[in-house]
Amino acid sequence: MTERRGTWVGSSVGRREDPRLLTGQGRFVDDIHLPQMLHAQFVRSTIAAGTVVSIDLSATLAVPGVVAAYTAADLDMGDITAILDRPASEFVQTDMPVLARDRVRYVGEPLAIVLAEDPYAVEDGLEAARVTYDADAPVVSDEVAMAPGAPLVHEAATGNVLVDVSMFATEGIDRIIDEAPCVVRVRAKTGRQNALPLETRGVVASWDARDEQLLVQTCTQVPHQVRTVMAGCLGLAERSVRVLVPDMGGGFGLKCVVGREEIAVGAACLKAGRPVKWIEDRRDALTASFLAREQRYDVRAAFDGDGRLLALDADIVCDMGAYSCYPFTAGIEPLMASAELPGVYKVPAYRVRGRAVTTNKAPTAPYRGVSRPQIVMVMERLFERAARELDMDPVEIRRRNLITEFPYTGINDVTYDPGSYLESLDLCERVLKDEGWYERRGAARSSGRFIGIGYSCFSERTGYGSAAFAKRKMAVVPGFDMAEIRMDLSGGVTVTTGTMSHGQSHETTLAQIVADRLGLDIAEVKIHQGDTDRITYGFGTFASRSATIGGSAVARAATALGERLLALGAHLLETTYDNVELDARRVRRRDDGRALSFEELADVAYLKAHLLPKDAEPGLTASATFDVHGDGTFSNAAHGAVVELHPGTGQIEILRYVCVEDCGVAINPQVVEGQARGGIAQGIAGALFEEITYDEQGEPSCASFIDYKVPTAGEIPDISVHHLETPCAFTESGAKGAGEGGTIGAPAAVLNAVNDALRPTGVELDDTPIRPETVQRALATIGVFA
Amino acid sequence: MTEKLLISLTVNGRTHDDLVIESRHTLVDVLRHQIGLTGTHVGCEHGVCGACTVLLDGAPVRACLVFAAQAEGRDVRTVESLASDGEMNDLQRAFSAHHGLQCGFCTPGFLMLAEGFLAERPDATREEIREVVSSNLCRCTGYQTIVDAIEDCARAREESR
Repeated sequence: MTERRGTWVGSSVGRREDPRLLTGQGRFVDDIHLPQMLHAQFVRSTIAAGTVVSIDLSATLAVPGVVAAYTAADLDMGDITAILDRPASEFVQTDMPVLARDRVRYVGEPLAIVLAEDPYAVEDGLEAARVTYDADAPVVSDEVAMAPGAPLVHEAATGNVLVDVSMFATEGIDRIIDEAPCVVRVRAKTGRQNALPLETRGVVASWDARDEQLLVQTCTQVPHQVRTVMAGCLGLAERSVRVLVPDMGGGFGLKCVVGREEIAVGAACLKAGRPVKWIEDRRDALTASFLAREQRYDVRAAFDGDGRLLALDADIVCDMGAYSCYPFTAGIEPLMASAELPGVYKVPAYRVRGRAVTTNKAPTAPYRGVSRPQIVMVMERLFERAARELDMDPVEIRRRNLITEFPYTGINDVTYDPGSYLESLDLCERVLKDEGWYERRGAARSSGRFIGIGYSCFSERTGYGSAAFAKRKMAVVPGFDMAEIRMDLSGGVTVTTGTMSHGQSHETTLAQIVADRLGLDIAEVKIHQGDTDRITYGFGTFASRSATIGGSAVARAATALGERLLALGAHLLETTYDNVELDARRVRRRDDGRALSFEELADVAYLKAHLLPKDAEPGLTASATFDVHGDGTFSNAAHGAVVELHPGTGQIEILRYVCVEDCGVAINPQVVEGQARGGIAQGIAGALFEEITYDEQGEPSCASFIDYKVPTAGEIPDISVHHLETPCAFTESGAKGAGEGGTIGAPAAVLNAVNDALRPTGVELDDTPIRPETVQRALATIGVFA
Repeated sequence: MTEKLLISLTVNGRTHDDLVIESRHTLVDVLRHQIGLTGTHVGCEHGVCGACTVLLDGAPVRACLVFAAQAEGRDVRTVESLASDGEMNDLQRAFSAHHGLQCGFCTPGFLMLAEGFLAERPDATREEIREVVSSNLCRCTGYQTIVDAIEDCARAREESR
């Protein structure tokens, strides 16, 4: 272990990304324009389930400006296939064709790609397309999907179940529950959401004859995985595909899977012999990209008379939509939920069944938090309910059950590294008490107003390494990452990372880590990401892996380069390795202080190689990898929300929001706070506002921002963020991941606060989003109307 | 089939008098793809998200809801006009200082919204700023730091007057 906090790490330095983004000089996919470029859009299915009888594109091709239109039959493309190495009883493979061939499985499924000279003409072309179908009855919910005799979305998936795992069945759990003095049950459903990066998906594909490569400029969180699928589907060698990622307008998980449109654009570019751009419009982004979050829980928890948890018995069903996503598969949600449900609490007995169900809806991708917003919500509801049953304080019952000794290996076979579970909850409660919210709640109640206080307490596994993903039995095991560093003649460095920032500030935070290792200014550290030609390999950015795994890889590469500089310096200063040190961009002799600057060392390494030691290679480069061999590192937080319910409108107003978070060493505290606040805003969105529903024909209800209610500054409150710090013992900077916690904790805190406000009514709500009319109905039960 | 129009647009003080467009072309598309000012972004094309906000005669508008032909003879200002001589203006610096942007996609829209609003209401309160900020969507920040940045810039401008 090396130093944790230096000049740069731990400091809220301004972001390297900001100047270009603030002056309109960022380069997003839609800003790229190539000579001869064609514009693409997709003819999409207008029905949720059925067989395509005919696709007539003759009128499309007659539209002025339209150049070509291709169906699956015109383009030779393999399917996108995501696999878990599990027996057929646990996992059913469903291949996703790039363009649908005969069967369509959701409204919006791509059937043909149309190319035109300009983006207006391509829309004209889509309008002229004529598709006829033989429609089937669609499967529009998990309940319909699992009903006896339901139509099958995929013939191979009996009962429409893609993943079915039963885990951790503690012996005697039924007896424990039967004999427990207090058993509470939560049945909860969470709405289908869109991760909603403000920049929709987009690709520009072009053939580079000089490099003999398909150049794919795309906004993806996983450049190398896009390369693999592109090469595989099109029958190209990986080296014949270069994925280049420009600035990205957010992703939040939606862009960490490979989209069928990305592949189709690549194929269309090769077929047409011209560059092709596709920019997804908002309607397609809302209805036909990748969705998330729709799950159903039925969980029982048994407690003793003192509020100590005895057992947890859970049944989890995730509505994954029409296909498995690459590389994660439909297992991503149920496997996460099943493994992590116990969370921050000591659970002596546990049993869980987790299922992924396929329906005739757009497929799902991981979305910030991945099942953990739901499992935290369910666990926190269970504790609130048990506290009511046992007449205990809801914070106190949590305290009695929190893990407080580390490392702790849970019933779920997960080992938790040290965190501040109790401390964060205590501080969160103290802040709300000191600010007088308990008194205000009491005063409100006695004057007929409805103010409630709610908490959530959770940890978040970050830095999933190869071991953790291998445990899930993924055929593609993400985990390690790589970094390469080179010093140039100016004495600064260029560093590559396999991670892929899309708003998280890696050009700044990774530079902070490197700058400290070498004594450089961050302005002298250039971070390169998102280029499969320049970066040997990487798994991109998701699952809060970048600061932990990517950050540790760049730290190790920088340390290795530092060792090369020291060795060279010692040789040139005619002393031993032990007698030199790095100091202010120099290698300095410890004894007499004589020193050589990085420029002088680089000058020798590149331009005067004859002066190098006999066994030394010219140049100043180094590389390193990093992987996590255990169960990862757990960030934790406690959230406290205060809400007021407004009779009449049913509006839920958030009066106060406090977050106490611990992500280990915060490399850049301002960036960490930004992640927390932005994450909480997305959690509030899921708790109160956003849901994509479907009618009985499988038609999505939300085709625009008029119907899909994204919260604005009018709904999201100011949020105070407090930091605790329990450094990670095995990441190089001591950092734990910070990307997802806000989103994970917010729905539970808000839901608990709403239920606390509803206490006089006796009504308890467990489903999200909580709609105003639900609040109105609850208040009406005690005669409170507008 | 589609009739072409020859129009002139004045953008950031510079006149482009040879723009051949169709009547259906939106202002944002002409700014981005014909004039080459790609700082203004397109987030929804139906006037809700505000990523395409520009100033038209000083007032913030959704450039996806204005046809380019409607902007003829008017003064259009985009995010590219804010910095001068390579130096960001005070509002841009405030956004950076307060971490009012993460991915940066919505940012040009918020900057132009705030410029237009503060020109009209330099003494706006935090609550009034928050209400105006609610015109646009940001998915990364949770809005608080955007409000902080605009408020800080407004107070500094007031003090320097």
